[in-house]
Amino acid sequence: MIQLKNISKTFRIAKRDAGLKSAAKSLFHREYTRIEALKDVSFTINKGEMVGYIGPNGAGKSSTIKIMSGVLTPDSGECVINGRIPWKNRTEHVREIGVVFGQRSQLWWDVPVIDSFDLLRDIYKVEQAQYKKMLSDLTELLDIGEIIRIPARQLSLGQRMRCEIAASLLHNPSILFLDEPTIGLDAVSKIAVRNFIRSINREYKTTVLLTTHDMQDIEALTERIILIGKGRILLDGPLAELKNHRSSHKTLTVDYLGPRLCVPENLRLLRDEDGHAQILVDTDVVTVSQAISIISAHAEIKDISVAGETIDETVVALYKEFAI
Amino acid sequence: MKLYFRYLSMLLKSQMQYKASFLMTALGQFLTSFTTFLSMYFMFSRFKSVNGFTFSEVLICFSIVLMAFSLTECFVRGFDVFPRLIRTGDLDRILVRPRSVVFQVLTSNMEFTRIGRLLQAILMLCWAIPACGVVWTADKILTLILMVTGGISVFSSLFVLYAGISFFTLEGLEFMNIFTDGGREFGKYPVSVYGEGVLKFLTYIIPIALFQYYPFLYLIGRSENILFMFLPLLGIIFFLPCYAFFRYGLRKYQSSGS
Repeated sequence: MIQLKNISKTFRIAKRDAGLKSAAKSLFHREYTRIEALKDVSFTINKGEMVGYIGPNGAGKSSTIKIMSGVLTPDSGECVINGRIPWKNRTEHVREIGVVFGQRSQLWWDVPVIDSFDLLRDIYKVEQAQYKKMLSDLTELLDIGEIIRIPARQLSLGQRMRCEIAASLLHNPSILFLDEPTIGLDAVSKIAVRNFIRSINREYKTTVLLTTHDMQDIEALTERIILIGKGRILLDGPLAELKNHRSSHKTLTVDYLGPRLCVPENLRLLRDEDGHAQILVDTDVVTVSQAISIISAHAEIKDISVAGETIDETVVALYKEFAI
Repeated sequence: MKLYFRYLSMLLKSQMQYKASFLMTALGQFLTSFTTFLSMYFMFSRFKSVNGFTFSEVLICFSIVLMAFSLTECFVRGFDVFPRLIRTGDLDRILVRPRSVVFQVLTSNMEFTRIGRLLQAILMLCWAIPACGVVWTADKILTLILMVTGGISVFSSLFVLYAGISFFTLEGLEFMNIFTDGGREFGKYPVSVYGEGVLKFLTYIIPIALFQYYPFLYLIGRSENILFMFLPLLGIIFFLPCYAFFRYGLRKYQSSGS
C-alpha cells in the first residue's frame, strides 16, 4: 500500500547566461531559481492496483517516483509505503520495490545478461529455489531465454528493455515502479511489455505504477490514472474520467478526388489544398460517421484518418481548466 | 564479502572483454611511472643525495607511495569517478538497491589496469630493499606494511572527500588532484625536502607525511622514535571527517538531486 500525503518538493537550480564571461562569473557568484517540482501531492494506491501516472515532461512524475523509491527526500509531507518511510528505512524499503528507469540501464554493459541477474540475486539475497522459479517464469513470460547469454551492449533496445524489466523483478517486489518502460520501443516490443506487465500484476498481485507518454499503454493496462501537471495532481480516478475531460473534438484528415470541399455549418474546415483537407468535428454535434458520409457525398475519398486529442493536449486543456 | 568478490569478478570479466585495451593501458601506466623513475635515476646519478637521503632510500619512499596510490586507484576507483555516477544517474540506481552506499560505490568501478603501476612499485621495492642498507627486522617490516596501509587509507579518504564535494559542485573539482595525483608525484621524495611549511601542512591538514615521512625516518634508521612506526594508523583517522562530509553531501543530494 502506498500513501502520499501533501508531498512538496522544491529544487534549487543554478542558472547562468551563456558565454565564457558568465561562466567565470558563476564561479564566484551564483543565482538560483527555485522550481516547485511537487506541490501538495497526495494519493493512495492499494495493493495489487495498476495505476497510470501521466503528465507532460517536467510535470513531476519522475520526482514522485524518486521520492517513493527513497532516492529523494521531500521538503514536507508524508509518504508511507508498506508501513515504511522510504528515505528513512531505505535498505528495508528498496528490498520490496522494483524500479525501471526507462532511459537508464541497470544491467552490466559488457557481460551476459544472466551474469547481471546472478549478481542481482546476491545483492537482494534471493534464495536459490525462489530465484530459479522466478528466473524461469520471467524468461518464459518475457521470451528472453535466448538472449540472456548475450552481453547487454549487443541487445536491441526492445530486448534490453525486456531484460531490464526482468532484472527489476527477480527479487519479487510487491511494488513495481516503471518510468517510461515503453519509450523508444517498436510496436511488437511494446505489446510484449504490456502483456507482461498485465500478467505479473495478475499473477503476483504486484502493485504497478507506470509513467508513460503513450496513451495506448494507459488504455491497455490501467483502470485508474493519476494526472499530474506542474507538480500538482489534476485528476485521480478511472480512465473514463479523463476521457470526460478530453474535448469532444476529432480531426479528420482526408485525401480526396474531385472539386474543392464545401462543408456544412456543423463541420469546420481547417485546411484544404490540392485534394488534402483537415476537418474539425465536434462529436457532440455530429458523429464521426455522419461527418464521413457528409464528406463522401461531396467528393471521392481516397484516404481518411481520424485523430483524437493526444494526452498531452488534454493536459494543456486541463491547465486552462484549472487555471495554472 | 562474498558479494564483493562477485562484483570483483564481474568487473574483471567486463574489463577482459577488451583485452588489448586493458594491456595497453596497463603498459602505459607502467611506462609513465617508469619515466618518473628514470628522471630520478639520472638526477641521483648526478647529485648522489637529496637532503641527505640516498637514491635507494628515496626509492623505498617512492615505491611505498606508488603502491598505496595504485592500490587505492584500483579498488577505490568508484569514489574517484564519483561525479560520473551522479551525472549518469547511476547513483539513483545505487540508492534503490538494498546495500550500503559505500559498498556499492566501491563495487561500481575498479580499475585493474593500475596493475602496471603496482608492478613498477614492486620492482622498485625489490631493488631498493636490499640496496638501502636497512636491516630487515620484524619491526621494520611491520613499519613498511603500516606505511602502505596508511597510504591507502589517506588516499581513499581524499577520494571520498572528493566524492563528497562533487555533490555540491561539478565545476572546479580539479583542484583536488593536487592532493591525490599531486600526492603521488611529490610523495616520491620524503616530504621534508619541500621545507617546513609543506611538512606542517602535510602533517596536520592532509596527513600524507604521517604515512610517508615519519615512519620512513624510523624505517631507514634516521629516528629511533618507535612512535613514528605507528603514525600511519593516525592517518586512518583522517577518514572520519572525509566520510562524514560524504554522508552530509549524500543527505543533501537526497533532498535536492534531480
